[in-house]
Amino acid sequence: MVSGLINANPVVYEKKERRSRSTPTHVDEYAVELIDQLEIFDHIRDIKDPEHPYSLEELKVISEDAIEVDDKRSYVRVTFTPTVEHCSMATVIGLCLRVKLMRSLPPRYKVDIRVAPGTHATEAAVNKQLNDKERVAAALENPNLVDMVDECLAPSYG
Amino acid sequence: MECLLDRYAGAMADLGDNLVYGICEAIDGEKDPQCLLLVFHIVESLAQLSPGPLANFAEDLFEILGCYFPIHFTHPKGEDDDVKREELARALMLAFASTPLFEPFSIPLLLEKLSSSLPSAKVESFKYLSYCTAKYGPERMAKHAEALWASLKDTTYLSPQSMLSMEPESMSRMNFQESDVMTEAFVLLQEVIRQYGEFISLIIGDNDINAFLISLNQYKGFDDIPLQVKQKLHAVGHILSACAKASAAMCNKVFESFFPFLMDGLGLSVAQPSQNNSYLDEECFSLAKFKFGPLYLCIELIAACKSLTLSLYNCTSIHDFPHQRWCSLLSSFSESLVKAFVSMLRSNVADNEQSAYVYCGVKGLQILATFPGSFTPVSKSVNDNIFLELVSIITSDSNKTFEWTSALKALVEIGFSIDKCLDSEKAASFESTVVEKIVSLISSLDSAIPLSLRLQAAFEIGATRKDFMLRVVRGLDESIDTNFSAVFDHGNHKSDELTIKLLDTYSQKVLPWFLEIGGSEEVQLNFALRIWDKIENFRALNLSPPEFTSISYQDLLGATMTAMKKAVASCSEESQEIIINKASGVLFSSTVFGSMGFKSGSSILKEEGLQQTQNYGNSSGRDEWLTSLFASVVVALRPQTGISNRKMILQLFITSLLNGHVPSAHALGSLVNKLPLETKGIKSSRSLSLNEALDMIFHSFVGTCRDDSTSGNDGSGVNINSLRLNTSRIQLEFNTVIGLAWIGKGLLMRGHEKVKDITMTLLSFLTLDCEAGVSKQFQNLAEVLDEEGVHQLMKCAGDAFHIIMSDSGECLNRMYHATVRPLYKQRFFSTIMPILLSLVVKSESSFVRSMLYRAFAHVVSDTPLTAILGEAKKLFPILLECLSTLSKDVSDKGIIYSVLLVISGILLDKNGQEAAVENASSIVNQLIELTAYPHMMAVRETAIQCLVAVSELPHARVYPLRTKVLRTISKALDDPKRIVRQEAVRCRQAWASIASRSIHF
Repeated sequence: MVSGLINANPVVYEKKERRSRSTPTHVDEYAVELIDQLEIFDHIRDIKDPEHPYSLEELKVISEDAIEVDDKRSYVRVTFTPTVEHCSMATVIGLCLRVKLMRSLPPRYKVDIRVAPGTHATEAAVNKQLNDKERVAAALENPNLVDMVDECLAPSYG
Repeated sequence: MECLLDRYAGAMADLGDNLVYGICEAIDGEKDPQCLLLVFHIVESLAQLSPGPLANFAEDLFEILGCYFPIHFTHPKGEDDDVKREELARALMLAFASTPLFEPFSIPLLLEKLSSSLPSAKVESFKYLSYCTAKYGPERMAKHAEALWASLKDTTYLSPQSMLSMEPESMSRMNFQESDVMTEAFVLLQEVIRQYGEFISLIIGDNDINAFLISLNQYKGFDDIPLQVKQKLHAVGHILSACAKASAAMCNKVFESFFPFLMDGLGLSVAQPSQNNSYLDEECFSLAKFKFGPLYLCIELIAACKSLTLSLYNCTSIHDFPHQRWCSLLSSFSESLVKAFVSMLRSNVADNEQSAYVYCGVKGLQILATFPGSFTPVSKSVNDNIFLELVSIITSDSNKTFEWTSALKALVEIGFSIDKCLDSEKAASFESTVVEKIVSLISSLDSAIPLSLRLQAAFEIGATRKDFMLRVVRGLDESIDTNFSAVFDHGNHKSDELTIKLLDTYSQKVLPWFLEIGGSEEVQLNFALRIWDKIENFRALNLSPPEFTSISYQDLLGATMTAMKKAVASCSEESQEIIINKASGVLFSSTVFGSMGFKSGSSILKEEGLQQTQNYGNSSGRDEWLTSLFASVVVALRPQTGISNRKMILQLFITSLLNGHVPSAHALGSLVNKLPLETKGIKSSRSLSLNEALDMIFHSFVGTCRDDSTSGNDGSGVNINSLRLNTSRIQLEFNTVIGLAWIGKGLLMRGHEKVKDITMTLLSFLTLDCEAGVSKQFQNLAEVLDEEGVHQLMKCAGDAFHIIMSDSGECLNRMYHATVRPLYKQRFFSTIMPILLSLVVKSESSFVRSMLYRAFAHVVSDTPLTAILGEAKKLFPILLECLSTLSKDVSDKGIIYSVLLVISGILLDKNGQEAAVENASSIVNQLIELTAYPHMMAVRETAIQCLVAVSELPHARVYPLRTKVLRTISKALDDPKRIVRQEAVRCRQAWASIASRSIHF
């Protein structure tokens, strides 16, 4: 592991006000509520950054707008922005996002995790690594890595 | 040490220098909060005792003490939980202020700390300063006055930290949220001014403030003023009002120096008396002339005057008030001020933009009108004009919401102040202008304002004083009367709604208000009697209300009943007796019931019942009205109230109950709940003991229900056989069951043993099917009834348990004076449970069992959790069975939900968990099924939550279930409802993490 912090002093942004969903007074018992951006965002906003005690939302690594979701086609794509260009934690963050969504979404979903274009030095490599099923599975065999991921995910199970 | 100082003051004083020196030594460098607390206390008592020795050491001692200011914990929390920061700070403050000897050292220190950047230090310093000022006395403080003012000005005026508050109601946009520092600073300011009068000259002479006031004139409208200036304006307003509040002399000074100037700024001059009549001529005041700055300050000043007057008013009655300079100034300007305020309100500019002006205008008027009695600077006619203006706002215009509400608020304030000051002259004019006008609003039909607003205005004005309220009530009564007539005579549907609103106001606002202030109950009594009068008139005219099935009509009846119940419930026994006599008089003189009332015996009832079941749908609504209203009177009676004609009343209710009239069932339940056990004295036909009543009820039930069977009635109360025999009219049976349920509830709540009989009857209804199968009566049943009818009846009997167990808002609660024995639910639970359980075991038909489960579910879900926990082990299998049976029918989702809540309650309790361990796997299986329950989201959600709770059970028990649960949950992740999905994520995590390694994919 790298000694010292990659980004020792990140900019911390304020958390956005939790948008509460307006609950209609008369709820139709059988109406279907589709999985939408906000729901996905609610799943991942509280994931902790691997090296700071802040959430990904606070560091603006992820935002609601950077999530594309299509419930009918069971597809979701999360684009995240590492805090610094050379951030070696990008893969770990990506892995956390993937694991969290895998655990939170129905199995029918295909999850696509990407680094925002132009925000990372080895963008292509990271993208490839994150979306390679084999490599993700291999990473999750590594007990150290799994512990790390679990630690980051812990706050997101509110 | 502390003790010694306190007790042996003299002896300690002798020790002199040595003692002080020793203490100094001891204190120096002390850090433990506990010790510090003691130390501060010692210093305090030391200072009080021996000024002699201390004088020499004051500087040393203070140097040591000063280090501690401001109190600041460097250690993380948790260590010193026992000593709070506030306590310590307070102790230090007392020590600081203990002797004037500290003054030369403490004040400079505190002032110095004021300039620190730490807000908490500032707050502390201000607090200390105000306290010390009070203690040290004016002479010593005089030296520091200038420095104090400089620092005060610095915090409040030059760098105000107030924030614009974001609350929506601060439409005036001058409501600032002050920071703590500001608040403390103003406290200090007031303290200083009170102690040391000369301080004010500093303020008055201050160049900055004067310059600011002049600069204010450059801003025209409210919106022109930049935020910073607004903040300053706010601060200056505060400073001035703090000055003026301090004393009459201060007030004089402030007024002399500022008020004329402000008036100039407003462009007002001393009004000539001759101009009085041109008062309404608003042309002479164009809005642009009023600059907001001076206006605001002006209002602040007047408000300060008012509070000063109030405080003086309370302590001294004889005061040379009118001779005070400020007072004469104010009164000379008052008329033009009032005009200005009024014209602000009159301006027809859009609501939003002018809201600051509107706010000021209303507030100004309110303040001027609330000056106490004889000291008022405004004359009576001006006062009346103020009232008129405010009222006209309320009567004219409900679209300008802000203006309307603030005007109403102002009026209410004025009303309260008049009440407080016992100002008879003003009260009279208030009543004649405001109250009368508002009351007339209630009944005016073609007003632009919606009725609900009108009623609100009337109620709030009325609430200021009792006789006002009485006046309002009279108005309400009248309009209820007219509307009632409109409904009954002309079938006016608009009046329906109006009447409902009026009645709601009565039951929700007026009656509780009277209850709160206590005193006479005339209002309630009169209200009840009035309605009965009304009803009697209609009966006499033989008018029947039109379309009694229409929804609004039913609502009207409901509203009337609620109002009636509330009114009766808040009466005392005597008035209740009057009402009930009146009511029964009306009731029994009615034609239908009159004929019936004098015949007695169940045979008549039976005939009546026969007739009325057939034509109930056509029977006149008037009778329903009568019975319903009478029922609501009975429901609300106190137990001690004597009722005459009990027998007839009872019969009446029984008949109408059998016709499917539910309020009658309520009334019967209440009657049974409240009847005295034994009648005292002579047994007349009029009084009735509980047992007699019960006998009568059961007899008539049996009688009406039975066609041909004459056997089996052994007089013991309920005859199950005969009840069951009756099969000809299924509708009657339903009604009987409902009636029995309410009566049972009444009995249960008072803890009467007959409830057992009723329960057994209900149970026999429940198990009708299976017993009928073996008994020969089954043939009878089969002849008349199809299977479905029986099933529905059984279901109804099952639901009867819900009625028995649940709390009802309609009747039989504390508000309506029910006799309630403590823990009655628990008792019922423990008696009925074994019976139900054994019946479940015995029952063969699955339908009967499901009905038993239904009853069981009702009982369980309404029993307090603590009672269930004790039996949890026994109950679990049944609960689960219950769930699986009930989940077959869509209409049972409510019951399922309540049972599920019981289970989750058990699972969250420690004892309950022990019981759950044994049944873990069956619980999980059942819950898993319910996570896919399609008909109710809450059921799925709760089931998943229960699963989370199960995962906390001992590892060995739940581990084998893990894969099963996870498989189900991954399905629940795709639930149509979002909340369920969220719960599923949580549940999945809980179950996944019980294994040592995380989930594999």
